[in-house]
Amino acid sequence: MDFGTLIAGILTLAIFTFLYRDNPIYRAAESLLIGVSIGYVLVITWTNTLMDLLFHPLFRRGDWPLVIPLLLGAMMFGRFYRRTGWLSRFPMAVLIGSGAGVAIPAMLDARTLRQISATVTPLFAGSAWADVSTIIVLAGVITTLSYFYFSREHRGALGFSSKTGTYFLMLFFGTTFGYTVMSRMSTFIGRVEFLLTDFLRLTG
Amino acid sequence: MRRKFPQLVCGLIGLLLFVVYFSRHPIASSINETVTREYWQIVFAFALLVGVVSFAKINLQGIERGEDRLYRIISLVGLISMPVLALIWGIGTGSPFMWVFDNVQVPMQSTVFALLAFFVASASLRGFRARSGPAFILLLAAMVALISRSDVGDLMSARFSDFAEWIRSNPSMSARRAILIGIGLGSLTTSLRVLLGLERTWLGKESK
Repeated sequence: MDFGTLIAGILTLAIFTFLYRDNPIYRAAESLLIGVSIGYVLVITWTNTLMDLLFHPLFRRGDWPLVIPLLLGAMMFGRFYRRTGWLSRFPMAVLIGSGAGVAIPAMLDARTLRQISATVTPLFAGSAWADVSTIIVLAGVITTLSYFYFSREHRGALGFSSKTGTYFLMLFFGTTFGYTVMSRMSTFIGRVEFLLTDFLRLTG
Repeated sequence: MRRKFPQLVCGLIGLLLFVVYFSRHPIASSINETVTREYWQIVFAFALLVGVVSFAKINLQGIERGEDRLYRIISLVGLISMPVLALIWGIGTGSPFMWVFDNVQVPMQSTVFALLAFFVASASLRGFRARSGPAFILLLAAMVALISRSDVGDLMSARFSDFAEWIRSNPSMSARRAILIGIGLGSLTTSLRVLLGLERTWLGKESK
C-alpha cells in the first residue's frame, strides 16, 4: 500500500467516526479539512486569477486599465480598520451594481420568459399521453405560482388552486429528496469501496 | 458621502451594464466582458484574500485565548502548508501540493459528503409521517425516486423507472418551474431595488 492510500484511508475513517458521535478524532480531521481546503482555494485563486488575470497583464504587458480592479480589491482590505472600513463599500458597489444590472435582463430571460415559454406548449402535437403531460405541467405551474401569491387570502378558487399547488410542491420536494439521498448513497458506497479494496485490501 | 457615493457608483455601473446588455456594439460587448469576466473575478479573489486573513486572525485570537487550541492549530497548519508547498515545489501534476489535494482533501471532502446520506436518512425516518395529504404525497414521491434508482425498482416492474422519470420530468418539473419563475421575478425586483437605491443593506451600518 502506498503512503497516500494509507493517509487517505486513515482520514476517511477519522471522518466516519462522527457516525458514532462528535469526538476529538473527527474534530481534528475536520479542522485539517477546513485548513487544507482554504489553502488550496487560496493557491488556485492566486495562480489562476490574481497572477494570470491581474499581475502578469498589468506589470508585464502594461495593461494599465487593470489598475481599477487592483484598487477596488485593495479597498476590500479597508474592512480590517474601523476608520477605513467605508472604503470596502466601493468594491461592493461595483460587484452588487454590476450584478444587479446584468441580473435584470438575464434573470428575466432565463428564469422567467424561457420557463413560461417551455410551459405553454401546443396541444395535439404528439400522442394523447404527451397532451395529458402538457396539461399537468401547465396546471402544476399555475397552481404552484398561486400558492406563492400572498396579496389575497387563500379562499375560494385561489384557496383550491394554492392547495393543489401544495401537492405539486410536495411531489417536487419528495422527488428531489429521493434523488439527493441516492446521490449521497452512491458517494458513501464509493468511500466504503475505497476502504475495503484499496485501504484494507479485503476485496477486489 | 461615505454612503451616498458608493450608492451612486452602484446605481451608475448597474445602469451601464443594463444598457450594455441590449447593445451589440463592440465597445458595449467589451465593457460587459471586462466587468463580468475580469473585474468580478479579480475583486472576488481579493474578497477571498480578506476572508483568509480574517480566518487566520480569528483562529490566532482563539489560540491566544486557549479556545479549542489544538483544532485551531491544525486548521492553521493546513492553511499555511498548502501555499508553502505550492511556493517550493509548484502546483503541477505529481507535486506535493497535488499529493495533499488528492490524498487529504479529496478523500475527506467526499467522506463528509457521504456522511450526509446517514443524516438525511435518519431525518427522513423521524420526519416522514403520512399525517396529511401533502405529507403522504411527499413520502410517496420520495419512495418512488428511491426505489427507481435501486435494483428493487427493476425487479418490481420494467416500467417503474419510466414512471419515476415521468414524475420527475412532468408534475415535479412543473413545481420546479414555478419556483424558478418566482426566483426570476424575485431577483428582478431585488435588482431594481438595488439600482434605484431602495435596497441599502449591502452598505452595512454607519461606522462611528
